Amino acid sequence: MPAVQETVERVKTLDVDQYKYGFETHIEVDKAPKGLSEDIVRFISQKKGEPEWMTEWRLEAYRRWVTMREPTWARVSYPKIDYQDLYYYAAPKKNPAPKSLDEVDPEILKTYEKLGIPLREQEILAGVEGGSRVAVDAVFDSVSVATTFKEELRKAGVIFCSISEAIREHAELVRKYLGSVVPVSDNFFATLNSAVFTDGSFVYVPEGVRCPMELSTYFRINERKTGQFERTLIIADKGSYVSYLEGCTAPQRDENQLHAAVVELIALDDAEIKYSTVQNWYPGDAQGKGGVYNFVTKRGDCRGANSKISWTQVETGSAITWKYPSCILRGDNSRGEFYSIAISNGYQQVDSGTKMLHLGKNTTSRIISKGIAAGRSENTYRGLVSAHRKATGARNFTNCDSLLIGDKCGAHTVPYIESKNASAVFEHEATTSKISDDQMFYCLQRGLDEEEAVALIVNGFVKDVLQQLPMEFAVEAQKLISISLEGSVG
Amino acid sequence: MSAEVTPIRTAAETALIERFKAAKGELPGDGEVAKRREEAFARIEAAGLPHRRVEEWKYTDLRGLMREAAPLAPLPSAAEAAGAIAAAEAFAAVDAVRLTFVNGHFLPGASSTGGLPAGVEIVPLAEALASGHALLREMGRVAVGKDNAALALNAAFMADGAVIRVADGVPVAQPLHLRFVNTGAAPFATSPRVLVAVGEGASVTLLETHEGTAGVAYQTNTVVEIFAGAGTNVSHVRLNAEGDGALALSTLAVSLGAEALFNTLGVVTGSAAARHQLFLAFEGEGSKVSIGGATMIGGRQHADTTLVVDHAVPGCESRELFKTVVDGEATGVFQGKIIVRPDAQKTDGRMMSAALLLSETGTMNNKPELEIFADDVQCAHGATCGALDEDLLFYLMARGLPRGEAEALLVQAFLGEAIELVAHEGVREALLGRTAAWLAARAA
Repeated sequence: MPAVQETVERVKTLDVDQYKYGFETHIEVDKAPKGLSEDIVRFISQKKGEPEWMTEWRLEAYRRWVTMREPTWARVSYPKIDYQDLYYYAAPKKNPAPKSLDEVDPEILKTYEKLGIPLREQEILAGVEGGSRVAVDAVFDSVSVATTFKEELRKAGVIFCSISEAIREHAELVRKYLGSVVPVSDNFFATLNSAVFTDGSFVYVPEGVRCPMELSTYFRINERKTGQFERTLIIADKGSYVSYLEGCTAPQRDENQLHAAVVELIALDDAEIKYSTVQNWYPGDAQGKGGVYNFVTKRGDCRGANSKISWTQVETGSAITWKYPSCILRGDNSRGEFYSIAISNGYQQVDSGTKMLHLGKNTTSRIISKGIAAGRSENTYRGLVSAHRKATGARNFTNCDSLLIGDKCGAHTVPYIESKNASAVFEHEATTSKISDDQMFYCLQRGLDEEEAVALIVNGFVKDVLQQLPMEFAVEAQKLISISLEGSVG
Repeated sequence: MSAEVTPIRTAAETALIERFKAAKGELPGDGEVAKRREEAFARIEAAGLPHRRVEEWKYTDLRGLMREAAPLAPLPSAAEAAGAIAAAEAFAAVDAVRLTFVNGHFLPGASSTGGLPAGVEIVPLAEALASGHALLREMGRVAVGKDNAALALNAAFMADGAVIRVADGVPVAQPLHLRFVNTGAAPFATSPRVLVAVGEGASVTLLETHEGTAGVAYQTNTVVEIFAGAGTNVSHVRLNAEGDGALALSTLAVSLGAEALFNTLGVVTGSAAARHQLFLAFEGEGSKVSIGGATMIGGRQHADTTLVVDHAVPGCESRELFKTVVDGEATGVFQGKIIVRPDAQKTDGRMMSAALLLSETGTMNNKPELEIFADDVQCAHGATCGALDEDLLFYLMARGLPRGEAEALLVQAFLGEAIELVAHEGVREALLGRTAAWLAARAA
């Protein structure tokens, strides 16, 4: 059956012409010359004051990238990108490496204020009295402009800083882990990122430490014709816990901007990483003009026994999304989770999903994905669940639902389920009929109509995860999870 | 990126090109048919055999499986054919009209078409190709399989087979048994094709069996195309009991008119490597389809079932149920895709693939895909994969069954669910018998 009216209206409020973050900030910037070459790679490395090994690492990636071809397997189409017609580095001219918030260009601070991201610690404390605090790393085009609560985190032993700083200050950790989850030549976009990444966040949580607050990074693309290549590396040492959030927005432009990020997560024995994303890049206008091309490689490695990595994503932005946050379940008893809501409107194209690679014994994974396509958009779920020969006792449960609003859009599901182990139990389903009769009966008996009951039950399930998002992100997310999937087609 | 890849041809690809050059003058048909052969082969020549990087063939690397291109099978000698036919046992007990094909060649002399009602026309394909039979125009009608490599190979090399036409409103009571028998001491290749046109309101049951000599690395690439008109009722059962050295490709392409009923079941036990493809297109509203599969493989066998159901018109229903049992070091593959086109409102599609891994070393790859462009439809797909339920085994063993028997009973029940879809009692019993025999051989 078709989508219910309430859902249609909710999705409309998120339509591409409702984009709220499309303003531009006018500041002077320092850019690399246009185009990409070994010289540009060296230029970026030098700008960042990187050691020799890092420059070599980047060059190696660049040389590989030159031999690679852009992937075409995803269900997205876009005009050929001219990689020589982009700026690979853009940093605010006034004091590109501020020591404290007072040195940051006030225009930039204003931008973050407008976006609702407080960067002054006292304001954060004043704003939400008694509320949970969030440490923020703000990345503006190619550089990190501010990182809050660094001191307090340092007391707990947690390292939270921009990746550029980490390369300088914590070289031994970066060298050990960078590229260990997403190898340099993993795929076309990851290789490009390895060559030219400019900034991003670095987190190290030492053994046995529960990170005292939520960590987050807010990415903003501002400059014209500039690609953003961020790189995030999070390491949770034995027995530690960290929850990390990322948000992203970009100005409204009629050109397409490229964003190719790489995120690597490493969880050692008994550690847990929770990674949440609210992706709200500019989606293009109602005619499909402009918007961000979001080609992202995100992967977590449950390297230690009993470790856990959980991905939560709310995807509403970008003209094109190409993103598959994955978990390598290497450690015995490790656990991977993927919760996703992807909403596409206008001419947006989403090809997203996850990979759960079961390598260790008794590893478990859960995939819950909701895709909602409206307007003339295409929304694809693409996922892989695989059990290695040695993954005895592996378990996976996948549930992916899609909903179409209107007859001009498309929803697709492409799951791959590969099992090489008899004791691995994989279940994949894509229907909404899994709501139990008991639950329905309970709700109906209390006077809810069927539609309300379904919404309550379906959303209750996802709410569990999304409710834990901090305030700044929650507003958007809460609105999304209240969307009912009644009429879902599987 | 600019790095152009120059394809390096494998020995089999080079041999195929040579074979085609040498054979095209000898193969039946000229004019349109010859042109079609050239076009089909040009595609193979340009792209080569499909391999793992070609999405459709991701799990079945034809380039790797087809190391050599076996020579085209000549018409077997009468004695050779008689020996092979005598050894063919599939559905032998079923009372049916039999069309016999030995190494892909239609042998009217070894066929029994006596019981057919008026209004059923049967012509050997070689003859039809040579004379330009009217039904040839329908060849390749199902668009979803258009660029398929196995279909193209068959279109290039097809030498014989049959053209069957059931006139409007004719009910064919006896099943029509297409009996493919393969025999030879050295590797050979066959490419039979059968076209079946079922007129409006007619009904027919088609049985397709494939058997062959053990220990010979022969290659078969069978294509059966069914064009079922409005209000037809067609049942189809396919059994792959090929020899253990065979590389068996087969395709069933079906187009369905309005208010038609169609059901098919594919059973695979034989061949070293098998790929069964099913392309089905709804062309009229209100039709219902049931597609089933039961695969039982062991040793180092590889069995792939690939399916595309194209809901191009509104109001049709499709049900897919596939069961795969994998033992030894075998690999099972299921790729299913339901397409719902923008106009196909009120479509109801349900696809389920369940696999049982009986050994520690088996592999199962599942890819149940949905591609939906209409908003008022119901589609669901499911896939499960796992070992036999220990609780169920315990229950049976607690009642005194030895483990082996308990396992066999559960596997039989698992596969039975798909086999029970067959309406014809004799055929159903024969298939259940095959399952029991497979399980007995496994236990021994």
